[in-house]
Amino acid sequence: MPLLYRVARQNEVPIRFMLNGRPCEGRRGDTLLSAILTVEEQLRPSDFTQEPRAGFCQMSACQDCWVTLQNGDRVRACSTPLADGMHVMTGAGETA
Amino acid sequence: MSAAAKNPAQPLIVGAGPAGIRAAATLVAAGLRPIVVDEAPACGGQIYRQPLVPDGRDARARYGSEAPKAKRLHGEFAALQDKLDYLPNSLVWNLADGIADVAMNGAHKRLVHDGLILATGAMDRILPVPGWTLPGVFSLGGSQIALKAQGCVIGSRVVFVGTGPLLYLVAWQYLKAGVKVVAVLDAAPFSARVAMVKALPGFPAIVLRGARFVAEMMMKGVAFHYGINKLRFEGTHRVEGVSFEVRGKPRHLSCDGAGFGLGLKSEAQLADLAGCRFAFNERDRVFLPETDEARRSSVPGVYLAGDGSGIAGADAAELSGERAALSLLDDRGLAVDRARVGLLERELRKIFAFRTVLEQSFPFPAHWIADLPGNTTVCRCEEIDVSTIRDAADHFGIVEMNRLKAVSRVGMGRCQGRVCGAAAAELLAAATGQPISAVGRLRGQAPVKPLPMSFAELALPAIGEAAE
Ligand SMILES: Cc1cc2nc3c(=O)[nH]c(=O)nc-3n(C[C@H](O)[C@H](O)[C@H](O)COP(=O)(O)OP(=O)(O)OC[C@H]3O[C@@H](n4cnc5c(N)ncnc54)[C@H](O)[C@@H]3O)c2cc1C
Ligand code: FES
Repeated sequence: MPLLYRVARQNEVPIRFMLNGRPCEGRRGDTLLSAILTVEEQLRPSDFTQEPRAGFCQMSACQDCWVTLQNGDRVRACSTPLADGMHVMTGAGETA
Repeated sequence: MSAAAKNPAQPLIVGAGPAGIRAAATLVAAGLRPIVVDEAPACGGQIYRQPLVPDGRDARARYGSEAPKAKRLHGEFAALQDKLDYLPNSLVWNLADGIADVAMNGAHKRLVHDGLILATGAMDRILPVPGWTLPGVFSLGGSQIALKAQGCVIGSRVVFVGTGPLLYLVAWQYLKAGVKVVAVLDAAPFSARVAMVKALPGFPAIVLRGARFVAEMMMKGVAFHYGINKLRFEGTHRVEGVSFEVRGKPRHLSCDGAGFGLGLKSEAQLADLAGCRFAFNERDRVFLPETDEARRSSVPGVYLAGDGSGIAGADAAELSGERAALSLLDDRGLAVDRARVGLLERELRKIFAFRTVLEQSFPFPAHWIADLPGNTTVCRCEEIDVSTIRDAADHFGIVEMNRLKAVSRVGMGRCQGRVCGAAAAELLAAATGQPISAVGRLRGQAPVKPLPMSFAELALPAIGEAAE
């Protein structure tokens, strides 16, 4: 069960991306956070205790949503627009 | 020739929310060409935040009663585009005398400025409670951003918890979006709401709107509880419910999403880096950069506008943005309309007085601190818990925030204490039996937010690069 549900842009252009090696689909206009949390129920494990996390503020303040792109760049999911063909690694491993 | 060519350095405005937009418009009207830097991809700030792409909803659906103001400000800023230099997607991460370091799309720019208006806004104020780090628990502001900017909701059965006007506004907005709002849980006792009666004559529209939100939600079956204690979010992998006590009786509600926030907290790190003097603010239990009625900080040439220097809301942000800009003009020896100055200051005084009443209606539940279990996470970044802070006070005799940070790492993580700093101060004050004003505050440090990793190399050779 995902964490976020869409109430707008349901019919917006689909954008394909890879999440921890798994093909997923978001919508044009998504942030990476929305794209991931509309298909998953967590974003990443916490740095020290590996507790599940999913961001908090959605406004670039809390820094709880950092994920890694395939080129090694680390980005904040809530302030990064989803782009076609992105490969995102969250450290969440083989998520269901 | 543009105004920029005549003046060696342009004024710099940080933030393109209501405060920053008004400040920019005021400077442009006086013939200056400001630089406006904002981290967000589009103008509007938090309240009037815009979606990344049009999503079929109009301003009324997105901003409710504030739609006309949102449209006016977005339009006004768009119309200024060739009269100022706007850097969206750009973070001001450091400030020094007359200089601002900006990270934009992985690149670095060092801006030289003459006059700085900080209009950096606010975020939710938080007190940690058990389970607040669970997926599905978002700040109230975050819950609202998901809805208005992304067209996403944080669950299908949602509980809103905390206190403050945003609690009721966001819960109502979710109800209107068709979401099942299970309950609104207010930390403040219902009796505190009596203060609102005092605000009725001055600001009837705002008070009555709040009352209407509650009435509409009650009609739709939303449960309301006031004066809640021992709040905890429950769940293993994600939030599944919330427990709390009302009048000593334990209660539990299930939900698949929760919005949580206890009022707002100013984003004041840049004022710190600019060298502004801070003073303790009793009402908000926090240190804020000092400003006079003319919005001058303690540092010449640095002006403070909007919620970034004390919470007063969007209308006050616009007024204080304009007032700050007028001070900048005045200090440059440019003509300023004194009647306008008087009007702005009078309006601001009225709103500040109203805000004081509003805050009395939604008091911060500092008494929750005593009940917090020791294993409650305080710092999300470094995963420091409540007992680590209590122990630092007990075992090491720590009585001050920056010492606490050095010993416990609280506030040392990625968010720089932006989220946990106020809570850590409450905990340290309680553990040491001091008033919160006595424990001090975490000093702001550059970078105010983490920079992308590839950024360090780019940043080095940039010295000397200045605004055109
Ligand atoms: C998430 C959220 C939602 C809110 N919703 C409402 C609402 O619906 N109704 C209401 O009445 N009030 C709301 N508020 C209260 C809000 O603080 C004010 O109403 C209003 O937005 C304040 O205006 P401002 O111009 O002072 O700051 P803001 O509108 O917050 O604008 C500040 C701007 O500064 C930028 N910024 C900050 N630091 C930097 C930096 N270092 N570098 C570059 N840019 C930076 C931010 O990106 C932001 O765009 C909300 C607050 C939050 C946090
Ligand atoms: S969710 Fe807080 S910074 Fe992204």
